[in-house]
Order: sequence, then structure tokens, then C-alpha cells
Amino acid sequence: MGAFIARRGLMAVLVLLGVVALVFVITRTFADPARLMLPIDAREEDYRQLRRQLHLDEPIPVQFGRFLSGVARGDLGDSFWQRLPVVDLVVQRLPATLSLALTSIVLAALISIPLGVAAAARPGSWLDRTIVSGSLVGVSVAEFWLGLLLIVFVAAGLGLLPTSGYGTPAHIILPAITLAARPIGRITQIVRSSMLDELARPHVTVARAKGLSERTVFYGHALKNAGIPIITLGGLEAAELLAGYTIVVETVFAWPGIGQLGVGALVNHDLPLIQAVVLFGATVVVGANLLVDVAYAYLDPRLRHASA
Amino acid sequence: MVASRSESAAVEAVAPGLGIRRGRPSVYWRALRGLRRDPFAIAGLIVLAIALGAAVLGPYVSPYDPVDQDLAARLRPPFWQERGALAHPLGTDNLGRDILSRLIYGARVSATVGLTVITLGAVFGTAIGLCAGYFGGKIDNLIVGIVDIVLSFPGLLLALTVVAMLGPTITTVILALSMRGWVVYARVARGQALALSKFQFIEAAQSIGAPAPWVLARHLLPNLLPSIVTVAVLELARMVLAESSLSFLGLGVQPPGISWGLMLAEGRNYMLTAPWLVTLPGVAIALTVLSANIISSHVRRLVDPFQQGRGDGG
Repeated sequence: MGAFIARRGLMAVLVLLGVVALVFVITRTFADPARLMLPIDAREEDYRQLRRQLHLDEPIPVQFGRFLSGVARGDLGDSFWQRLPVVDLVVQRLPATLSLALTSIVLAALISIPLGVAAAARPGSWLDRTIVSGSLVGVSVAEFWLGLLLIVFVAAGLGLLPTSGYGTPAHIILPAITLAARPIGRITQIVRSSMLDELARPHVTVARAKGLSERTVFYGHALKNAGIPIITLGGLEAAELLAGYTIVVETVFAWPGIGQLGVGALVNHDLPLIQAVVLFGATVVVGANLLVDVAYAYLDPRLRHASA
Repeated sequence: MVASRSESAAVEAVAPGLGIRRGRPSVYWRALRGLRRDPFAIAGLIVLAIALGAAVLGPYVSPYDPVDQDLAARLRPPFWQERGALAHPLGTDNLGRDILSRLIYGARVSATVGLTVITLGAVFGTAIGLCAGYFGGKIDNLIVGIVDIVLSFPGLLLALTVVAMLGPTITTVILALSMRGWVVYARVARGQALALSKFQFIEAAQSIGAPAPWVLARHLLPNLLPSIVTVAVLELARMVLAESSLSFLGLGVQPPGISWGLMLAEGRNYMLTAPWLVTLPGVAIALTVLSANIISSHVRRLVDPFQQGRGDGG
């Protein structure tokens, strides 16, 4: 088990290195970042000074090495847009994104698990068809559209909730619902299909033969065993939300999280901040995948010896 | 690490049923025939056909020039509302531009971006994935590594970064979305190629001395094409969404260009007094994406033997 974790951990670090290298290549070779950051009529010496300041006059591998040694010291440079250390900026925005992502995923789990179980209880029935169609709608709706509709019709129309902003618990409701739509659709589908697999197994027949109530059979026996794929998907969805899938929703609701920070960094061509935001998101994604792999290996010893 | 789980699923999915024989009624034919019993899928096909028709015939079917401003007719509501008129059936925006015409031209952008990205992605990704799965070894490790790196790039950020560096145009949006778009096909093709190469007909082809490109193109490719088509339809939905998200965020199509996502962004400032400016483009996006998702799940049910006989609806 230790060797397995070490091997997977090493791979995760390599993947992260690859992501950072990809950011370096895109931000430095696709265009000249110094030109993008300066006004069009900037003087040539200002341009040269900015390049020196950003170390853009060095070869990319040298810049990459400089960045990595910074990562080791916990220093990813200063933002050019906000004139603050980028690590501080990301950390400062973390609570907003974290609270939004967690609320959404809890909401999604609370809604989608009963729906998926109900659909699996009577496959082919009108209830099942409605839930399956509804889950497709959930994954098809554009987040920014759903968000704007909620603002127009719920926040402004009914005057119930604030249209945007951050601070009170009431502010989180609409963005969380918006963000939960896609995970609800996806988790409902996986709950339904893993429940269908599980309900066909002998142990469910035994449970029924013992005279247990359908409720106990569904939630106590079938759902428990169908849990692994559901928890996997739920965990990965949560990681995705945290890693930057909140960008659009944060923009719609003026939610001061990492997604908005990332958009600001991109629009201002703020290289150190772009790198920090991407590194943060990639770490969350890679970390979640690593956790899932380790959990799988813990539950199923055969996987520990499979080729990496 | 990401690939390993889906791979075992793909192996399981491909191993039992398999329409491996050629010359029989193909899965595509079955998918088309099965349509008759699936009203949702028919509706989806009709919606996609309308969107594609609008995209191709844009200039001939749109009632107005989509950039023509008529300030006297600003913010007219759609015809079914009070003050609405059939002169502008879906109303006008804050500059008096005809919404219906703009939706029709917006379909062009969605179709161009969506179809180009899935074509590029399917061709490139399938080729890469086939080679990885068939040859294995170092090539496989390298490709799996690249796939993992691209997949670990969070969300829209890869596309947003590329567009921010290159400047927002339709071409850069296509390039940006393609950078991640090929990965799905590569994973599916790799998983299936890996599973299929263990079958005897592949061994037979190899033992009579068929060269690798021949085995790949004649024996492997036709068998994994149904899965690729399923993925491509699903990807079409995702790419239409992605393009509209980029344009909505201001890092996609720029004014005076027209895109559904951009229409929503432009309508935002007026949405409390003129909600149709955000509802209508959103309906266009949602219907298109939903239709593609429905058709994809229809095809998947017919292609994947495990899904059959489950009475899936929708």
C-alpha cells in the first residue's frame, strides 16, 4: 500500500509539473506577454524594463526553474495587476470559493441521491422517465443563463433574495443552486445506474426475502453497496467546482472567489497570478484524483498491483 | 491515473457485445431505426436540424440584417407580449437590432465552432488513442501522461488562457477548445483499442502479416467508430456550451460579432426591463445542448449492450 501511494504521489507531482510547464509555454510563446500588458504606445525602454522585471528576457527553462524554486519557498511572485503577492490573493479568495463549492455539492447530493434511488426503484415508469429527462436538462443548461434567470425572476421578480454579492447566508442561495444544476444531473444518473446494477444482485433478493421494508432494502442494502461510484463522482465533481468551474457563476453573481480572480488575471495578462490560479486549480484536481485512487486501492487490493 | 478507471469501464463495455462483423445491419442503422420508438430523440434531431439549417441558410432566412440598428424600435418585446409586433417576432435589443436574425446568425458561430472542434478533436484524438492502445509501451505512457496533464488543467481555464494570450477571435476560440477537445476521444479510442487488440481477428490479421496501419484502419477503427460518434455528439453539446461561456465572459466572439453567449452578456444590463434579451439566447443554447445530449444518450443505449433492456427514458 505504501509503495502504491508513493508511486501514485510521484505521478501526481509529475502531472502538476506538466500543467505548470504547459502554462509557461502558452503564456510565453503564444504571444509576447510584455506587449500585451503595456499600452500600445508604450516606450521601448519601458517594454524592455518590464521584460527584465518579469524575467521574460531569460530562456523559458530558466524561468521555469525560477518558478519551481519559488514554489518550494511558497513564493509565486507578485501580481502586476494588484501589486500584492499572488499567494496572498489566492488565499484571500479561498473562503468564498470554498463555501460556494461545498454548499453546491451538499445541495446536489441531498437532491440527486433520493431522485436517483426513486428512478431506479421503478425503471421505465413515468417517474423514472421524468427524472432521467430532468437530469439531462440539468447537465444541458448553461450556468450563466440559469443564474441570470434566477436573478431576473427570483431575486428581482419576487424580491426574495439579493441579486448578487457576498456576505450573508442569503447571498449564497442562488449561486449555489445555479452551480448545483450540473452535479445534480450527473450524480442522479450515476446513482440510478449503480442502483440498477445493485438491485439485480442476489443479496438484495435475500434482503427482500427476509421481509425487510423496501425502504431498508433500498437505502440500507442497495445504496450502501452502490456507494463507491457515487462517492467517487461526487468527490470529483466537488474538486472540479473548487478548481475553477465556478468562474462563470462567480462572474454572474459578483461572487468574490478564485474564479473571478482568474478572469481578472487573464484579462489583465497578469502572468504570476494566472500561474498561481492554474496551479491551485490543478493541485485540487490532481489531489482529488489521487485520493480517489488511493481509496480504490484501499477497498480493492487487486488494484495495488496493477500497472501504474 | 485518470485514464485507468475509465479504461477498465471501456474494456468491460467493449468486450461482450460488439458489432464486430461487417456487412450486417450496422449500429448506425439500428440507431436510426430505433429513433421511431424514441420521441425525445426525434425532437432532438429536429431541433438540431433547425439549428443547422439556420446556420447554413443564415442570410436567406433571417428577416433583417443582424447588425442593422433601428433606434426607433429599441427594446421591443416578442410578439406574444403586449407591445410586441410580428415585424420583430422575437423583439429587438437595446440598439433596435432584430433578435430572431441575431439568433440565426448566432447559430452560425455555434455550428462553426462546435463542428470544427469536434471534427479536429475526433480525428486527432482517435488517431492518437488508437496508436497508444495498439502499440502500448513507451508511446502509450507518453500519451497517457499528456492526457493526464491536459485533463488536470482546471475547467475553462485552459481555453481562457489561450484566448487571452492570442486575442479573442473565432479561430482562437476553436484552437483553444481543441487543445482540450481531443483528449476524450483519445481516452475512448485507447481503451477500446486495448480491449480489441486481444481479440482473435486482430491476431489473425497480424499473423498473416498485415502491416500496423492496415490493422489500425481496417480492423480497429470501424469497430470503435460507434463509440467515437457517441462521444462526438456529446462533445458537440459541451463545445456549444463552452463557446457561449467564453463569449459570455468576454473572451470569445467580440462585438460586432454575434454569438448566443455574447447576446446574453450584452442583454444583461437590460434584463430587468427586457428579460427576453437573456431568456431567448439562453433557450437557444439550452435546446441545442439538450438535443445533442438526448441524441447522444439514445445512441449510447443502442451501442452499449449493458444499457439495453433497462427501459431508459429520455
